[in-house]
Amino acid sequence: MGEILANYDFVGAFWLTIQLSVLGTIGSLLLGTIVAVLRVAPVPVLRAMGTGYVNTIRNTPLTLLMVFSILGLTYILGLQISDNAKTNAFWWAVIMLSLYHATYVCEALRSGVNTIPPGQAEAARSIGLTFGQSLREVLLPQAFRGSIAPLGSAIIALIKNSTVAAMIGVTEAAGLMSEVVENETGTLGVFFIFAVGFLIMTFPLGVAVTWMSERLAVKR
Amino acid sequence: MSAPALFDAPGPKTRALYNVFTVVALAVVAVIGYVVITKMGEKGQLAPYMWEPFLTPVAWVEYLIPGLLGTLRAAATAIVLALVFGLLFGMGRLSRSPFIRIPCGLVVEFFRAVPVLIMVIFAFGVYSGLQLFGSALNPFIAVVTALTLYNGSLIAELVRSGVNALPKGQSEAGLSIGLTRGQTLRQIQLPQALTAMLPALIGQTVVILKDSALGYSITYLDLLNWSKTLGSAYGNTIPAYIVAAGLFITLNYLLTRLASLVEHRLRSRGRTAGAVTQAIPAAPLGPPEGEEILHPHGHQEEPPR
Amino acid sequence: MSAKKLAMGALAGVLMLSLAACGSGTTGSTSGSGDTIKIGIKFDQPGLGLKQGDTYTGMDVDVAKYVADKLGYSESQIEWTQAPSGQRESLIENGQVTYIVGTYSITDKRKEKVSFAGPYFIAGQDLLVRADDTSITGVDALSGKKLCSVTGSTSAQNVKDKVPDVNLQEFGTYSECVAALAAGSIDALTTDDTILAGYAAQEQYKGKLKVVGNTFSTENYGIGLKKGDTELCTKITTAITEMISDGSWQTFVTNNLGPAGFTPGAGNPPTPAACS
Repeated sequence: MGEILANYDFVGAFWLTIQLSVLGTIGSLLLGTIVAVLRVAPVPVLRAMGTGYVNTIRNTPLTLLMVFSILGLTYILGLQISDNAKTNAFWWAVIMLSLYHATYVCEALRSGVNTIPPGQAEAARSIGLTFGQSLREVLLPQAFRGSIAPLGSAIIALIKNSTVAAMIGVTEAAGLMSEVVENETGTLGVFFIFAVGFLIMTFPLGVAVTWMSERLAVKR
Repeated sequence: MSAPALFDAPGPKTRALYNVFTVVALAVVAVIGYVVITKMGEKGQLAPYMWEPFLTPVAWVEYLIPGLLGTLRAAATAIVLALVFGLLFGMGRLSRSPFIRIPCGLVVEFFRAVPVLIMVIFAFGVYSGLQLFGSALNPFIAVVTALTLYNGSLIAELVRSGVNALPKGQSEAGLSIGLTRGQTLRQIQLPQALTAMLPALIGQTVVILKDSALGYSITYLDLLNWSKTLGSAYGNTIPAYIVAAGLFITLNYLLTRLASLVEHRLRSRGRTAGAVTQAIPAAPLGPPEGEEILHPHGHQEEPPR
Repeated sequence: MSAKKLAMGALAGVLMLSLAACGSGTTGSTSGSGDTIKIGIKFDQPGLGLKQGDTYTGMDVDVAKYVADKLGYSESQIEWTQAPSGQRESLIENGQVTYIVGTYSITDKRKEKVSFAGPYFIAGQDLLVRADDTSITGVDALSGKKLCSVTGSTSAQNVKDKVPDVNLQEFGTYSECVAALAAGSIDALTTDDTILAGYAAQEQYKGKLKVVGNTFSTENYGIGLKKGDTELCTKITTAITEMISDGSWQTFVTNNLGPAGFTPGAGNPPTPAACS
């Protein structure tokens, strides 16, 4: 057991997982908000684009999205982020995690928007706010507060799904795990290290989200 | 969109502005499409030999349909087992005895936190190391194990929050007519909670279907793996993956539609059902994981009053 | 239909689907009656073991057929089973295949679990590059080049040890690497020269890819069988010896890997080791 710990770079793998998770979270929150706005926009074509995006990306396995990012986007379309293949794979993994989880962020926000009483939107319009203003000043702030629980869940799922980056050669936790399982015997202890690692990353977040969603909920 | 009316009926100026947006948006989509197609052509990905195989029955009968069956087999087995697991541990978490409640809670929290891919790799390593099953079955059982434990834990949480969200009167009424706590749970609370969970359960199959693709990394013969073999046989790996993605999207889209159809029916059943259906999404904990619980068109309609 | 019925119906549907699916068996092989032999091969390696529609082609497939013939099984009695690299030992240990011919290198670690007859071919790690690329002549020329290999494979590690500044992209499978190589987006792909020659010989890639032909490791391909089954091992070894002496070996190599201009490296054809 100790030997396995010494021979493999556990800290490095988990550090990569953390980096993927943090950057992916930022990306998915930004992109998810944009898509959510598209989905409630007054222009039918924009709404259709938002819906099409969610239906396509959310229904594709993340594994395939990861493979497409390198095989399709980097090598066929020439969208190369870095000359170094490892760095390139890392950033594409971040982008794909963002794209994929943006659909969940979008759905979470949309459900948040839908919990807002119609009177709020009507009031915003009646005092002369435009669509953009009423979203910014009235609706999105309430939507964010109302959708903290599903947003938190989306982020927890993102942390766990960062393991799929192993498919394109990013040696985060799952990549290391498969290496260890391949080469060593008696891997039960190793499995628990990984499991506990993810528990440490996700459990406090889950507790915090529950606490925040109760505290910040818009009282009606 | 019956969502709150976010915008006024457009006047002539706004309509003109909308038209500009429409044109710009369509132009952006068209440009992206054009660039993708041209680049694929330049890199030889549009050569007829790459796409023709999909028009022949051989590609479907020998590769894609076995792949779809593999994916469906893993997903269907996993959803059934996850339901059993979820019911048992969900009831366990509702138990009044701490000796049942706490271990069940630990198990559920543990398996919710571990990524499916890590569980798949580990289960496969253990099964093939110990030779527990016939080796052709090892990948299948490893995928089903991981999907069951993970999704079962989520369903356990759904059961718990579903039962907790039922109106108190339900359990009080059960107890007052002389049912035991267990009988009340089984005969009164669970049936209502399960009916309300149905759309979420169908949504869950979408997640399971997608996650079964993780079996690819441990040689499970799912749609993705068979697409890879197809790609090797015809030298068209990229088109094969594109077709596989198309199949996944279609399948999952249909399932999502089914989920919203069921949800719609449940909602339109009247007062009680409405209240129950409403109870699940509004449960204090909310759906435990955003990734998994899909309310495709949830929260759009007003609950019946 | 009431929602309750709907709910039950949906559940029943899911159950039936899973039951029906369980009945459909695996990898297309029906349970054998004694008259058939189960052989494990790769399904996705052009030139070695490839499923093309409902037929199987490649050098390993030809070798497997030849050996089966010597054991007294005609081609129609063979049941082909897919044997991916990660599953080969357990397929043999569980008795789900009689033997495996599937780019199976003889190593001490594997010998702890299975026995090998052979070697029937000596492969070596090599590089696959585009046909018009003259800059890569061997592993030393890879400095700064984009190399593709499979996640966690030893071939990738070998190159990394020799040329630390190689730009390594890892994928799940070689097919993905080949697609990227053919599209001109990476410079080389590394693994056994047989696997590489198989791709280069494939109709879709003919004239586009070539094997460099400068091997830097030795892989002895053997036929894997149940550990300690000396009787079967001896029979297979005899078959391999005959296959090499009667010219069939050469035919198999030429037919499957030849179209790319590939010639087997030093030491071929090998002399099979005695069974222990």
